[in-house]
Amino acid sequence: MPAEIQKNLKAQIKSRKRWDTIFAVCGVVALMIGVLTFVALFVDMALDGFARLSLDFFTNYPSRRAGQAGILSAWVGSTLVMVTTAFFAVPLGVASGIYLEEYAAKNWITDLIEINITNLAGVPSIVYGLLALGLFVYQFGFGQSILSAGLTLALLILPIVIVATREAIRSIPQVIREGSYALGATQWQTVRYHILPYSLAGILTGVIIGMARAIGETAPIITIGALTFIAFLPPAPVQAQPPFLSFEWLFSPFTVMPIQMFNWTSRPEAAFQANAAAAGFVLVFMTLAMNGLAIWLRYRLRRNIKW
Amino acid sequence: MAKAEARQLSFYYGDFRALKDINMPVHEHKVTALIGPSGCGKSTFLRCFNRMHDLYPGNRYEGEIVLQPDNSNLLARDVDPIEVRMRIGMVFQKPNPFPKSVFENVAYGLRVRGEGSRRRLEEKVEGALQDAALWDEVKDRLHQPAYNLSGGQQQRLCIARALATNPELLLFDEPTSALDPIATASIEELMHDLKERVTILIVTHNMQQAARVSDFTAYMYLGDLIEFGVTDELFIKPKMKQTEDYITGRFG
Repeated sequence: MPAEIQKNLKAQIKSRKRWDTIFAVCGVVALMIGVLTFVALFVDMALDGFARLSLDFFTNYPSRRAGQAGILSAWVGSTLVMVTTAFFAVPLGVASGIYLEEYAAKNWITDLIEINITNLAGVPSIVYGLLALGLFVYQFGFGQSILSAGLTLALLILPIVIVATREAIRSIPQVIREGSYALGATQWQTVRYHILPYSLAGILTGVIIGMARAIGETAPIITIGALTFIAFLPPAPVQAQPPFLSFEWLFSPFTVMPIQMFNWTSRPEAAFQANAAAAGFVLVFMTLAMNGLAIWLRYRLRRNIKW
Repeated sequence: MAKAEARQLSFYYGDFRALKDINMPVHEHKVTALIGPSGCGKSTFLRCFNRMHDLYPGNRYEGEIVLQPDNSNLLARDVDPIEVRMRIGMVFQKPNPFPKSVFENVAYGLRVRGEGSRRRLEEKVEGALQDAALWDEVKDRLHQPAYNLSGGQQQRLCIARALATNPELLLFDEPTSALDPIATASIEELMHDLKERVTILIVTHNMQQAARVSDFTAYMYLGDLIEFGVTDELFIKPKMKQTEDYITGRFG
C-alpha cells in the first residue's frame, strides 16, 4: 500500500475512533454520578449512625430518650410483615404465572390480563395503601394489623412475582416440554417435574427482589395506620400450652423499620437523627442481604440445570 | 402388515394447509423413512402420529391415522393425545435430555404412568439402557446429570427414555442432524437392531441415511406425498420424475 493512502486511512480511522473515546468518557461519568451519589449517601448514613449500632439498639423499644431508643419493635414488625407478605404473594403469584404461561389459551382476554399485570407493577404504592385501608382494614375488619400490612404489600409485589415467574418459565426451552409430553405426561406432571423445578431459581429471585422492595415501603403502611410508637411485641407465634401455634400476632398493631426511621427523622434533636441513620443502615443492610440471598440461590439452583 | 396407516390425512396450521390428502402405510417391524426438501411437511407429518400439534393452538387435522391392532383412529376427537403418546414414542432432532440424572431421565415415562416401585424402575431403566446400547457406558454414573454425557450418548439416552415404556411405534425426527459421523453411525446401527421389537418412522434430510437404515421410503414435496415404496426400488428406479430429480441431486 502506498504510504500516502496508508496515512489517509490512519487519519480517517483515528477521526472515527474519537467518538469511541468520547462516548466511553460520557458513559463513565454517567455511571459515576449514580454510583458516587449512592456511596456518599451510604457512607454519610453509616458515619452518622454507626455509633448507635450496638446490641441494645436491636433489643430496645423506642423511647423518648434518644440514647435508650432502639428498633426492637420495628425489626420484629418488619420481619413478621415480610413473612405474611411472602405467605400470600408467593403462592398466588407463582400459580398465576404458571397458569398464564402453561395453561391459559392465548387470546385477547389473556392479553388484557397480561397488559394489566404489567401496569399494576407501576401503580404508586400509596394507591395500594388506600385500597387496603378500605378493603382489609374496614371492610374485612382486619384492623390496623400485621395481617392488613402483609396483605397490602403482597398485593404490591404480586405483579413482580407474576412477571418473574413468567419470565423464568419462558426461558425453559420448548423441546423440554415436548420431551415430557411425548412420553405421555399430563400438563400438571410437566409443570410439577419440569417447569417448576427448572424455573425455581428465577422465581425465587423475583420473589426476593419483590420482598426487598416491600421491606422499604412506607406510604401504604402509614395509610393503613401503622403506629409510629410501639413499645411492645406482637404475641409470640409459638406457645407453651396447646395448640402451641398462635396466630394472634397477625391482628396485633405494629410498626416497621421505615416508619420508625421516619418517626425519628421528624424529631428536631440530633441524637434522634443518629438513630434514624442507624436504622437506615440496618434497613439497607437487610435489603442488600436479601439481594445477596437471591444471587446465591440463583447460583445454587442453576448449577445443575443446563439445556 | 401395516402397524399404522395415514388415510386422506390433511393438516392445517391455521389456514395454511401443510399436508394434503396423504395416504401411506407404516409397516410393522420395518423402518420407514420420510425424505424431501426443507418445508415439504415431513416433520409435520411425523408429529401427527403422536398428536404433538395438539400442544399448539390453531392446528387442525383432517382424515385419519389408523393404528393396529385395535384399528383405532389416533386423530379422532374422543381420543386423548396422552393415550396416543403413551403408545407412540418420539426422539427429537436435538438431544433433549431433562436436566436430571441419567436414571431419572429413563425412569420419567414410567413415573408419569405411576410406577412407584424402586425395584421395577431399576429393572426397566437397565433394560431400556441396554436396548439403547448405552448401559455399559453409563452404568457407573446413573445418578450423575445427563448433560455430562456426549451428544451421541445423550441421543441414545433419549432413545432409552422412549423405549422404557415399550412403545409400539417410535418416531425419529432427524435424530442425527446434531451429531458427528461416529455418533450417527451408532444411532443408525441401533435403529437396525431396534426394529425387531418396535416399528420405526424416521424423518431425515440425509438421503444416504434413508437408503442405509430404511426398508420403505416416502418422498414428500410441498405437503404432498409424491412417492412411497420399498427403499431399494425407490432409490434405484423411482417411478416419478420428481423423486428421481430429488434423489439424483438435480433438485433440492
